Amino acid sequence: MNKIIELKNISKSFDGEMVLNNINLDIYDNEFLTLLGPSGCGKTTTLRIIGGFETADVGDVVFMGERINDLPPHKRHVNTIFQRYALFPHLNVFENVAFPLREQRVNKNEIKERVTEMLKMVALTGFEKRSVTSLSGGQQQRVAIARALISRPKVLLLDEPLAALDLKLRKDMQQELKNIQKAMGITFIFVTHDQEEALSMSDTVVVMSEGQIQQIGTPIDIYNEPKNAFVADFIGESNILDGVMLQDYRVSFSGHEFECVDAGFGLREPVDVVVRPEDVDIVPEEKGMLRGEVTSVTFLGVHYEIIVDINGFKWMIQTTDYEEVGAHIGLYIEPEAIHIMKKSEYSGMFGDYSSFSMELDELSDAESELGE
Amino acid sequence: MKNNKPNRGLALMQRLALAPYSVWSVLFIVVPLLFIAYYAFTDSAFHFTTDNITRFFTATSEVADGDGVKLVRTYLVIFWRSLRLAVISTLICLVLGYPFAYLISRAKPKTQGILITLIMIPMWMNFLIRTYAWMTILQDTGILNGLLGLVHLGRVHIIGTESAVVIGMVYDYFPYMILPIYSVMTKMDVRLIEAAHDLGCSGAGVLRRVIWPLSLPGVISGITMVLIPSISTFYISQKLGNGKFYLIGDAIESQYVANNLHFAAAIAFILMVILLISMAFMQRAANKRASV
Amino acid sequence: MKPISKVYTALIMIFLFAPIAILLMFSFNGTKSLSVFSGFSLHWYQELFRDEETLGAVKNTLILAVSASLISTVMGTAAAVGMDKLKRRYLRAAMDVVTNIPMINPDIITGISLMLMFVFVGRFFGAATSLNFGTMLIAHITFCLPYVILQVLPKIQQMDRSLPEAAMDLGCTPLRAFFKVEVPEIFPGIITGLIMAFTLSLDDFVISYFTTGNGFQTLPIRIYNMTKKTVTPKMYALATIIFFVILILLLLSNVFDANTAQTIKEAREKKKAKSKEV
Repeated sequence: MNKIIELKNISKSFDGEMVLNNINLDIYDNEFLTLLGPSGCGKTTTLRIIGGFETADVGDVVFMGERINDLPPHKRHVNTIFQRYALFPHLNVFENVAFPLREQRVNKNEIKERVTEMLKMVALTGFEKRSVTSLSGGQQQRVAIARALISRPKVLLLDEPLAALDLKLRKDMQQELKNIQKAMGITFIFVTHDQEEALSMSDTVVVMSEGQIQQIGTPIDIYNEPKNAFVADFIGESNILDGVMLQDYRVSFSGHEFECVDAGFGLREPVDVVVRPEDVDIVPEEKGMLRGEVTSVTFLGVHYEIIVDINGFKWMIQTTDYEEVGAHIGLYIEPEAIHIMKKSEYSGMFGDYSSFSMELDELSDAESELGE
Repeated sequence: MKNNKPNRGLALMQRLALAPYSVWSVLFIVVPLLFIAYYAFTDSAFHFTTDNITRFFTATSEVADGDGVKLVRTYLVIFWRSLRLAVISTLICLVLGYPFAYLISRAKPKTQGILITLIMIPMWMNFLIRTYAWMTILQDTGILNGLLGLVHLGRVHIIGTESAVVIGMVYDYFPYMILPIYSVMTKMDVRLIEAAHDLGCSGAGVLRRVIWPLSLPGVISGITMVLIPSISTFYISQKLGNGKFYLIGDAIESQYVANNLHFAAAIAFILMVILLISMAFMQRAANKRASV
Repeated sequence: MKPISKVYTALIMIFLFAPIAILLMFSFNGTKSLSVFSGFSLHWYQELFRDEETLGAVKNTLILAVSASLISTVMGTAAAVGMDKLKRRYLRAAMDVVTNIPMINPDIITGISLMLMFVFVGRFFGAATSLNFGTMLIAHITFCLPYVILQVLPKIQQMDRSLPEAAMDLGCTPLRAFFKVEVPEIFPGIITGLIMAFTLSLDDFVISYFTTGNGFQTLPIRIYNMTKKTVTPKMYALATIIFFVILILLLLSNVFDANTAQTIKEAREKKKAKSKEV
């Protein structure tokens, strides 16, 4: 696999605020790569730097071996799908898709051939004369895709393109985009804040926060082996606790010692421990490695979400078994279910499951301070 | 390391686009205003003098007063008259226009559009003709008196009085009072009025405590757009006032015609200063409201 | 609407339209009276078309209005493009103030100020007459510019920024992106500005009065001169024609309002799509 884009030491500030902080990323040929993170993490800025709409303050953007920092957007072999599609309202579907070819002065017959081919690929045959403003969101999306791909760029940049679609359509488009990427064999760089989307579509996920890359990996790696508390909290639900690595394959947390499958940490090193809610088994209290009281049970259709108070720390467990509020239960955690991470600046930020959001966390912190 | 080249061409092009207008606006908007000051403070040999300005304040003329004559300060009288008539016209526009604007804003959208267009139509009639038409209406032998005669209501003498001039001014500037007030009222959130009713306000109460305060920016805008042209209008007074009442605009024009450019500039300068001051007051009033 | 509102509206409308009605009515008057209507006649319109001086003034006015509106539209559109991208706040504020001045200033001040400058410059260069078509054109362009900018700038600010970016992304140079994508988007604003400038120039009296030399007579100035002598309904005929010309132009500019045109187009398309489904 060849490297098609390399970002080296990219930094950028806006109005004195650092938006990207020393970003290093290699992007390969024929890869579906997703930049994932909350708003403001810098993922869109990174995308725009690749597209040429922003310039990095520091660092190099290398495209197929050449430094392209100074190359304006219209000269780059990179095309963009914008968040609200940016279809030209004064042109119909055909003319929108033909736009780049007309710019390149391709001859009329070839234009007609290629546009027809593209429209077929996005299942919009017959829509040539329609005005773009009369199309539905999904249809506009597909015109944008056809327009961006017709000049056969090496890389396609997608800036949260599915954000405006409703759920079922979004799922269909996710599949379609994946198929198109595989069919055309070009690199897709996808930006989203929706972690489910990222996990389902990508070959590689790049998790970003506050202008820095937190982790690069396949969806499975990111999910099963998050590198720090931020990634663990952002992807899926996690119970994140303080623990101590007693020795290789042995960790202590919540007042109990557990066998685990990680090694390579220092003796008695303080670590962050991650246990996914779906990996915890509920057992009768006496048989549990940990014991606690159920404080809330929520029925979500697919499973129950049960909050258990264990020594003051609220765990979340996802299970299809019903437990009553107030029941005393035991938890059994397999070694493979325990994931150890090094401590980072994000340790301790994410608390337990007494609340889901940061806002409510702050409120209850404030309350408890007043109480004292 | 600054990597800015792709956007530099674009930025340059944008700055170039603004260049002609920047030059033009300085040359033909800002500089001419400076020329007014320049002429106002110089004499015909272009030496500095404040004579023109003082002449405005000290020139006197004889005016019939009962049986004899009295001496009045010409231009101060003219200025005071212009101000008085302008304020009266503005108030009439406000009193008549505010309810009308409110009315329109509560009508159906289609009706609103029609009414607004109808109001704006008189603005497209040539200013001179408008005035002339009013003259024929208000003449002693004019149309109004003709109609009144038909219903045996006796004649009225309006032409040549200040009332005629006021009527002319109100007619000219009425739409300028309505449009800003209407604009603010349509943007007013209907739910605020509903909330006020919900909390116990009667119709009059809602008007006083919710609608009026919220429409104030529009009112101030309307007052500005009527007062300023009213003070500086000319020709209306000549035609509808039968030449008996000079307003500041007429004074400037007659000095221009007599080629007394420096004095004309002086009057214009003083007018400008007064307008600037009153606009500053309006701005402060508008800002105070905004911060409340 | 409540009855009292209807009565009030009617009264206001009578007030507003009385002079216009008089104007229209008496332009067809059989006699040359301006207050007594006696019979319908096209006599004055015919006289109008025989009046050389008036026809000359019409020609002048058209030449002036067309030139002034075209030049101010081009310059104003370019200015709006530049102003939109101005980053420094004080520059932006300064431009806003300067642009607003001709709109807020009474015409008489604008007229006098330009006249003084032209006279002074003329004397400086020893010209015999310093007020002519050129000075009038400059004056008209000056008072038209703010209104053009007022129409075009909001359209630029409301435009989806990703459109020109998309054009550049797909291979256009910034300049081509501007003409191929931005201009069509802001076009309704440009046309509205053009029409507004044209009507403002057509109808201007005060500023023209102060900046014209003896030779160049526009329609409003011709009317002014006519009112100095005995007035016949011929003037009303002239005013009626001007009135309807401006009326038509302003109705046209409403049609160009992008929103109306777009919604009409979309409605048509949706109807077509629906009928196809059935």
